[in-house]
Amino acid sequence: MNIIRNRNKFFLISLTIIVIGLVMAAVNGLNVGIDFTGGTLLQIDFGKKVPVNEIRKITDEFDKNASILHVGDNKEQVIIKTTLDLDNKDRIEIFNKFKEKYNLKDEAFVQSQKFGPSIGKEIRTKALLSVLIATIGMLIYITFRFEFKFGISAIVALVHDVLITFSVYAIFQIPVNNPFVAAMLTIVGYSINDTIVVFDRIRENIKIMKKDKYEDIVNKSISQTIVRSINTSFTTLLVIVVLYIFGVEAIKDFALPLIVGIIAGTYSSIFIASPIWYLLRTRVSDRNNYNPNRV
Amino acid sequence: MNFKNIAIFLLIIALIGFISYSAIYGVNLGKYEITPVKESMKLGLDLEGGVFVVLEAQTDAQGAELERIMEQAKAIIRQRVDGLGVAEPNIVLEGKKRIRIELPGVKNAQDAIDIIGKTAQLQFVDPKGNVVVTGKNIKRSEVTYQLNREKGREEPVVALEFDKEGAKRFAEATRELVKNVNRKDKIIYIVLDDEVISSPVVNSAITDGKAVITGNFTVEEAGKLATLIRAGALPVEMKEVQTSVIGPTLGLESLDKSIYAAKIGLILIFLFMLIYYRIPGLIADISLTIYILLLLGTMIYLDATLTLPGIAGLILSIGMAVDANVVIFERIKEEIRSGKTLRAAVDSGFKRALRTVIDANVTTFIAGIVLFKFGTGPIKGFAVTLLIGLVASMITAVFITKYLLKLTIKMNITKNTKLYGA
Repeated sequence: MNIIRNRNKFFLISLTIIVIGLVMAAVNGLNVGIDFTGGTLLQIDFGKKVPVNEIRKITDEFDKNASILHVGDNKEQVIIKTTLDLDNKDRIEIFNKFKEKYNLKDEAFVQSQKFGPSIGKEIRTKALLSVLIATIGMLIYITFRFEFKFGISAIVALVHDVLITFSVYAIFQIPVNNPFVAAMLTIVGYSINDTIVVFDRIRENIKIMKKDKYEDIVNKSISQTIVRSINTSFTTLLVIVVLYIFGVEAIKDFALPLIVGIIAGTYSSIFIASPIWYLLRTRVSDRNNYNPNRV
Repeated sequence: MNFKNIAIFLLIIALIGFISYSAIYGVNLGKYEITPVKESMKLGLDLEGGVFVVLEAQTDAQGAELERIMEQAKAIIRQRVDGLGVAEPNIVLEGKKRIRIELPGVKNAQDAIDIIGKTAQLQFVDPKGNVVVTGKNIKRSEVTYQLNREKGREEPVVALEFDKEGAKRFAEATRELVKNVNRKDKIIYIVLDDEVISSPVVNSAITDGKAVITGNFTVEEAGKLATLIRAGALPVEMKEVQTSVIGPTLGLESLDKSIYAAKIGLILIFLFMLIYYRIPGLIADISLTIYILLLLGTMIYLDATLTLPGIAGLILSIGMAVDANVVIFERIKEEIRSGKTLRAAVDSGFKRALRTVIDANVTTFIAGIVLFKFGTGPIKGFAVTLLIGLVASMITAVFITKYLLKLTIKMNITKNTKLYGA
């Protein structure tokens, strides 16, 4: 398969997903979890499935817009989320109302979480800052070990993976919360790992295939590393999918963006990163390395 | 066939088998006892069940002033938490204005939050139970040194200074108390949140608003008492900004489900490697087992806390450990195809793959360090396992996979390169 020649098709696929995602995000907004907006979460085990409208009877007294979600193996548990900043006393009051109505024991209280409005903003700012610093660090390392153009291409692939994951979240309105941030950060690390292996082969082949065009070098390097790229992603995905299937809610929240991100990361390491490097190498001249015969 | 090498190989497998067994089930060999990993690992609140609360000081103070306030608040919160009788509580300052309190295994979480969050009350009480002064009357409380005449040396004491109102009331009370004959009638109890933290005896009437508490203190003891008195004197309102209460059942469920998922995931990876790469696949499986033991062992040794995101980081780093093996084996396959002998192919394959693996892992490592440095809570837990995992994966892929692969070649069982995945 000639990846360099077909590069525009691959760019188009990614671009389409990202544009749809960004438009959806602009129109509908993201389904932001209470970790970010601030709010309260309460999880109660009823021991049986209780219809949403029955639960609403109690929760409506506090917040008519509270979201109610059934979880657990037999949907016997309920997660109540509200953007209200309910303190300890309010939380006990709500739980006690359910406790009374359904004859629950104290053990029925599964968990409660509360996030003040300032916390979410802080986490976001910090996460963004971490990614920025990590990106600069990685760019420096790649420039040092490879060259600047490889670094830029790897970063483009990384941004691509983050945007694709973001788009999938916007398109399917999956809740964005704290684990999502951790997952995004993982994707950053994974994406780079994936891309570097391909670049490493290009770096090596440039030295061996002295007379060949860059197009052939890139295509050959990708075909040499494609089995590895697929096998690695496959094994990693294997574990994460199993984790998604068997894990509890908090794990699912984490596993889902990872699944999307790893697929995006594999795709970008094959179809995005190397073509971008090829474009930088052949279209952007630099004084030392430019050789028109190899274009 | 080379029986010596086969024996070494079998010995290694037996040893790893034994260590894995003891890691899962624990072993008791008379004097030596190995506890299972599940019991030795420090678990986070999300896995064990428990409460964490982040409180924010409602104050405009800044700089050194703020630092002092926060240290006092922390001391008083520690005092209260100790009163709850929680095993291994964790109280840390987070940022400049926040205190994070983690109480593992607390059942009645709501009560705990109430006790921790309420504003401190410090009182000086006379033997009859009358409140003489309260925390707000105290202007100063610090450690100084005073000559002990009996012992003839300087001793640490706690010096107090009251405000005008406090000085007046303290003078009246001490004037009365000093008249009493019995020693126990001369005591002024210093009570913090219903708990007596010090019970000094009044030796003379104190009229100038400056009192000194003596009593064979070490510097640390005096310092602690001074801080506690100060803390009661400066009640900062603490607002609950983040809370998480995880019931013990949810924690247990999270842990069990994650372990179950990890088991299945690992079995699938092991099978895949075995079927796809055959002999090297078997070796990769052995290396991966060592890798997991190394990772868990390091976490226990470093006393690192395993959290839910930590498990995710662990699984991701297993993915990267597999990657290192895959990169190496693919390279060896290429070398075999280019017509090299098995031995030469393994040698050059390793050499070439090593650079790739190092570059890939170092870049991920950089990201991991940044997450560890700047992340909080879940992100940090994730970064810890990822970082340890990356190092362990490098060690096993570079040394153990290589050693075992060479050993199997030396065993001379087969020269069929197909069994090496080619």
